[in-house]
Order: sequence, then C-alpha cells, then structure tokens
Amino acid sequence: MNMLIYLIPIALFLGALGLLAFLWSIKTGQYEDLDGAAWRALGDEPPEDRQQHK
Amino acid sequence: MTCCAPGVEGSLDHPLPSSEELVLSSRSVGPGLRQMDLSVPQVHCGTCITAIENALTKRPSVERARVNLSTKRLSIVWKEEVSGEPTDPVELVKAITDATGYEAHLFHDAEDAGDKVQKDLIRAVALCGFAAANIMLLSVSVWSGADTATRDLFHWISAMIAAPALIYGGRFFYRSAWAALKRGHTNMDVPIALAITLSYVVSLWETLHHASHAWFDATVSLLFFLLIGRTLDHIMRDRARSAISGLTRLSPRGAMVVAADGTREYRAVEEIRPGDKISVAAGDRVPVDSVVVSGTSDLDISIVNGESAPVSVKAGDELQAGMLNLTGSLIVKATAAAKDSFLSEVVSLMEAAEGGRARYRRFADRAAQIYSPAVHLLALVAFLSWGIIGGDWKQAMLIAIAVLIITCPCALGLAVPVVQVVAAGRLFKNGIMVKDGSAMERLAEADTVFFDKTGTLTVGRPRVLNIGRYSREHLAVAAGLALHSKHPLSAALARAISGPVAVFDNVTELPGNGLEAQTEKGIYRLGNRRFALGMDNTASGNAASEVVLSLDHKEVAVFEFQDILRPGAPSAVEALQKMKLSAGILSGDRKAVVADLAATLGIKDWHAELSPKDKAEFCSSLAQDGKRVLMVGDGINDAPALSAAHVSMAPATAADIGRQAADFVFMHDSLEAVPMAIDVSRKAGRLIRENFALAIGYNIIAVPIALAGYATPLIAAVAMSTSSLIVVANALRLNLSVHSGADKAEAAATQPSLTEAKAA
Repeated sequence: MNMLIYLIPIALFLGALGLLAFLWSIKTGQYEDLDGAAWRALGDEPPEDRQQHK
Repeated sequence: MTCCAPGVEGSLDHPLPSSEELVLSSRSVGPGLRQMDLSVPQVHCGTCITAIENALTKRPSVERARVNLSTKRLSIVWKEEVSGEPTDPVELVKAITDATGYEAHLFHDAEDAGDKVQKDLIRAVALCGFAAANIMLLSVSVWSGADTATRDLFHWISAMIAAPALIYGGRFFYRSAWAALKRGHTNMDVPIALAITLSYVVSLWETLHHASHAWFDATVSLLFFLLIGRTLDHIMRDRARSAISGLTRLSPRGAMVVAADGTREYRAVEEIRPGDKISVAAGDRVPVDSVVVSGTSDLDISIVNGESAPVSVKAGDELQAGMLNLTGSLIVKATAAAKDSFLSEVVSLMEAAEGGRARYRRFADRAAQIYSPAVHLLALVAFLSWGIIGGDWKQAMLIAIAVLIITCPCALGLAVPVVQVVAAGRLFKNGIMVKDGSAMERLAEADTVFFDKTGTLTVGRPRVLNIGRYSREHLAVAAGLALHSKHPLSAALARAISGPVAVFDNVTELPGNGLEAQTEKGIYRLGNRRFALGMDNTASGNAASEVVLSLDHKEVAVFEFQDILRPGAPSAVEALQKMKLSAGILSGDRKAVVADLAATLGIKDWHAELSPKDKAEFCSSLAQDGKRVLMVGDGINDAPALSAAHVSMAPATAADIGRQAADFVFMHDSLEAVPMAIDVSRKAGRLIRENFALAIGYNIIAVPIALAGYATPLIAAVAMSTSSLIVVANALRLNLSVHSGADKAEAAATQPSLTEAKAA
C-alpha cells in the first residue's frame, strides 16, 4: 500500500500535464483554424515563410 | 490552381470599400502598423490560402497576412507608410480580388466579449474533465473494495480535486441560478446548482465520519457533462453571430464631407449633422437622408423600398439613407443626422413590431418550468417521509440528495444543445447561419412563408431577354458603349454580349440618361428611349426594362430586360408547397412586376406596393390569426417585417439591418436554403423531443431506485453516464439522416451558379 504514496501523485501529475498542455493549446490558438491547418500541412512553402505568417 | 484562378468567379463588379473607410475600420497594432480584418466568404481550399497570402506578402507594405479557413477571414497587418509613401489599403483589397477573383468584405471585429466567455467555458470543461477522470479512477478503487484507511485517503484526495472544479466550473450555473432566483423565477440551473453543492457538502460530511459512500465523482462528472452542453450552446451562438455581423459592407461607415471652403474631410456617419454637404461618388451608398444639391445620377433604391428599377435623380430630389449611387457623382445636403435617418425610422418600426422572438419561450425553458419544481418537491417529500417514517434524519437527507443527483437534468442539459449544435453544423456546411437555438425551434413550427421580391426571389440583377434578335455588329457597338457605365442595365448588357466589342475613345456618360459616343458614322447613343431618340416625351415602353441603341437619333436596337430569378427559387417554392407550407410574396415593387413573378413561380398569394410598415403589420395580423409566419427578405424595408414575423431568414447579400433582424442568414445564392433549413429544423425538433422522452424515461426508472434508498454512488455514476451517452448518440443520428439530403442541396447550390455564369 505504500506504493500509493508515489503512484497517486504521479498519476495526478501526468493528468495535470495533459490538462496544462490543453490549456496551452487553447491559449496559443491551436484550434483557431482547423480547416486551414489541414491544408497548410500540404503546402510546399518553406518553414521560415510559415513562421513569418505566424 | 483551378478552383481559385483569377476570373473564375468573375464578380468584379462588387464595389470595393473606400480607402478612408478601410483606414477607419482598421486598428493600430504597433508603431506605424495597422491591422484590418476582412471577410472572404469564398475561400475554401489550400490553394486559396496560398494565393491570397502570397499575393499580399509579396507587397512591401504588408507586414503579414493570414487567412483563417474555418472562419473565412483574413487579417492583414500593414505598414502605414513605405519609404515615405502612405499605403492605400484599397490596393490590398484589390490584390486579393486580382489574385483569386473573390470578393473581400470589410469585417467589423466587435465580438471579443463572446470569445472570452467561450474560452472560459472551454477551460472550465477541461478542468472539470481532468477532475472527473481522476476522481472516477479513485472511485473505481473504492467500489472494488478498498479498505478503511485507503478509502478515507481516496475520499480526501477526491474532495481536494473536486473543490476547485466546483468553484471554477460551477460558477456559470451558480451565477445563472442566482440571477433566476433573484427575479423570483426558477430555471434548469437551480436544481443543478443545488445538486452539486449539496452532494459535495454531504460527501465531505461523510468523509469526515469515515463513511463508505461519497458522491464526489457524481458531483464532478455531472458538472463536466453539463458544462459540455453549455459550451456547445455558446459556441453555436457565437459562430453564427460572428459570421453574420462579419459582413458589414452595405452600411457606409463614413462619408466625404465637403466644407464651405471646398476642403474635403472623411467623417464617420454619426458625426454628420443636418446641413453638411456630402460628396457621394458613383458606387457609394447615401449615408444619411439628404437632398441633391448638384449633379445627376441613377440610384439603386432596391434595398430601401424593393423597387427593382434604378431611379434617376437631379438637383432638388430627396434621397434616403442606404440608396446606392450608380452612375454620376452627386453633391448632397444632409437633411437629418444618421440617428434620425430613414434607417432609424425602420429601427423604431422594428422595435414596435416585436414578433415571435420576444414572446417565444424555448422548449427547454418551458420544460424546466415544470421540471425543477417537480424535482424539488420530490426530494422534499422523500426527505420528510423517510425522516418521519424511518426516524433516521441523516438517512433521509442522503436519500433526498440521491434523488436530486439522479434527477439532475444532466441528460436534459445535453439533450437540447447537442441536437442544436449538430443541426447548426449541418446548416453551416450548407451556408446557412443560425442565430440561436430558439430560431430552429420556431422555424420548425412555421406554416406560412412570405418572400420579399427584389433581392430575395430575384437576385436584383437584370438580364437581357432579346439578344439573339440583333446582328453581331450592333451588339458589338452596344457592348462597347455599355462597358463604360456602372448602370445595372449597361452592366447586364455588357456581360451578356460575348465576343469582340467595338472600341470607342470618346464616350461620355450623361447620368440619368445614358451614354453617348462620337464616331465617324455619327453619334451613337445608348440609354433610355427619350434620350436615345432625342424625343422630349416618353412615347412608349418602360424606362425600367429597356435600353435603346440609336445612331443619330434613329433607333437601331431595343434591348429588353428582366430581373433574373434567384437560382433555386422555383424548386424552393415547389418544395415548400410539398411540405404543406403556403408561400406568398410581400413586395414594395409595382403591381405588374410582382404579379408577373408570382405567376412564373405559381404563387397565388401576393401583395405589392407595400411600405415597410405595411409589411410588418401584415405579418403581425397573420400572427393574430394564429399563423406562424416565416419571412424571407433582404431589404431595409423588410427589416420590420423580419422582426415582426415568427421566424425570419435573409440572404447574405441583405442590408446590414436585415441581416441583424433575421434569425437565419444563408450565404449561397440558391433559395433552396429555405426548404433545407425548415427540413433540418423539423428533424432537430423531433430529435429534441425524443431526447426529452429518453431523459424522462430514464428518470422513471432511476427515481424509484433513489427513493427506495438503493442509489449508491456506483449506481448513480453508471445511470448518469449511460443516459448522457444515449442522448448524445441519439442527437448524432441527425447527421446520418440529413447527410444524403444535405449533399444534394450542396450540389444544387453549386449548380445554379454555373447556369447563371453561362447566362451572364
């Protein structure tokens, strides 16, 4: 049962990591343009050009 | 590059916003940098993105440009000046049109507030999702038989996770429930707020006393499901609102004011005072009610009173705000400030004619009105009877809370928004925007449809009828002349005549009359009969529907015109009649024109020469007879009727005010959108009722279990999740059933634009 002392914090920490990742993705507008992102992945413009757009 | 190649859409005749207006609507985003947001509704693929972004970023004045394909919006950040030269934003808008042939509309970015609430909601969903998942994991171990010390530990951890979720996620419900209670009402949020608070407090109490049952998982997963419903509801409303208010091209935001000393200044419309002189160039809209001081021109007044034919004006004529100046430039004197102009008159009519919208109460609200008192009563009865009969008041309390949790409208909270979001998504894919969920409920009830004529049943763009009658040579002359004018009849003529055209280098346009060219053969004139033939009296024919080509005052050709029907109009009317809805026309145009159109479409019930007030009164009189009217219209003159009707629709090309008044806005040309929207709304209405039936059925099974005192946290968790899943699954059926029909409508929507292109 002593394992729980490590395991529960680890489980909560990993969950919180996922939560933070999601909150970060909202904050940086990852969901702003889902359709556009799908097309942009196919574009052949060089990455530095893409950074400039961003 | 096939779909977005230049010239494919060929709609270059759409007037660009003026440079001053663009500057006025842009905002400063740094030293020397300005940002403007444009709406480009036709953007639809990756090539469009690259074409537009490359065309813009190539320009030295553009700092960055980004297309958002989901919202069909484009934001451009540009430098105010490049090497000393001020940037003209109109050039940027032109660059888009040149690169793709798409229209760009000015976009007014005013809904940041809605966006913030949406983000708050999504964050709350995320947090509650995290909390629910972790507490559920801990609960599973408790249910599978964790012993005393471990169980207490797990309960305490659950309590600590649940507390922030309850505050952060529950605030939306607490706030709404409090607002309702303060006004002496009750809504769905009252039982929700009660259930989550009480279950948390009791669970905490139980944990303190080392008891075996805690409800933390039920509290948080309830909150999680309900927040999902709330968020979906909000997103749907927000998306529609931004898409609709995004197209503000019809209302001028400023005007060129000419001061006494001749200096010109661009001023916002609100700052124009009566007596100011305003210059209205060809292609501009009249900003406020005014009188013409000098100049002659033709005006398109269709948006104001539905009259399809342009009207020529000269000094002394009165103008109303919203009219579009077509051919010559005018100097006008404002007779009223913007707030007293024709438009605001319409607004006051709209307020007076508050229609079904204000009276209508949403299905969910009506259900809540019965549901929440019933639930509270049930919990109270359970509490009292267990307390009095059993004598164990703590046990009675637990059972009352179990009843509250079990009956908490979790499935109900999801039942409506999920269906409406799925339905709105289907409509959105077909180019139809819905303002809110109640609009769909009202549309499903509609039994009578009334259309406006100009701009709704017709596209308000004339077409030449008799082009085949004349020789190639005459057509070439007519087209060569017509190219020089913005008058809709000339534009239609120029579009209709294909092949080589005659080139004239000396063409003068006489606004209100027509065009004149000096050639070796003599003087060619193209215009109304009186002008072309040099006669003083108007002999025969109708100035509105014919254009005469003459050589030295002798008639060469007479072109007859007719307004083109909006694509899909006949089939839409037919579909409506098949759906047992009666269709009619309410128009401000002349009787003969309306009667003609009604006969073409097979509509028996038509009314012509109506003022905006007449239209609104007509709608409300029908409402008093118990009819539920769907009004479809686009003009300023339709706006009062749109708000008086039970439910209303407007095309995207409608006047700003019309779009604001309408519950639905359709973006595609085809009028098929009307039967399609009714169909989807009816299906959605049926699904909502089914979902309510499912939720009630679940309660009938679960409530006796709770009343008997057998509802352990495990049973509550299983019952709640299953009922939510069933309701969501049922809502998704809408996607299946509409799928085939929607694709057909989509195909139909693209088809007419092809035929139209051929005709043009």
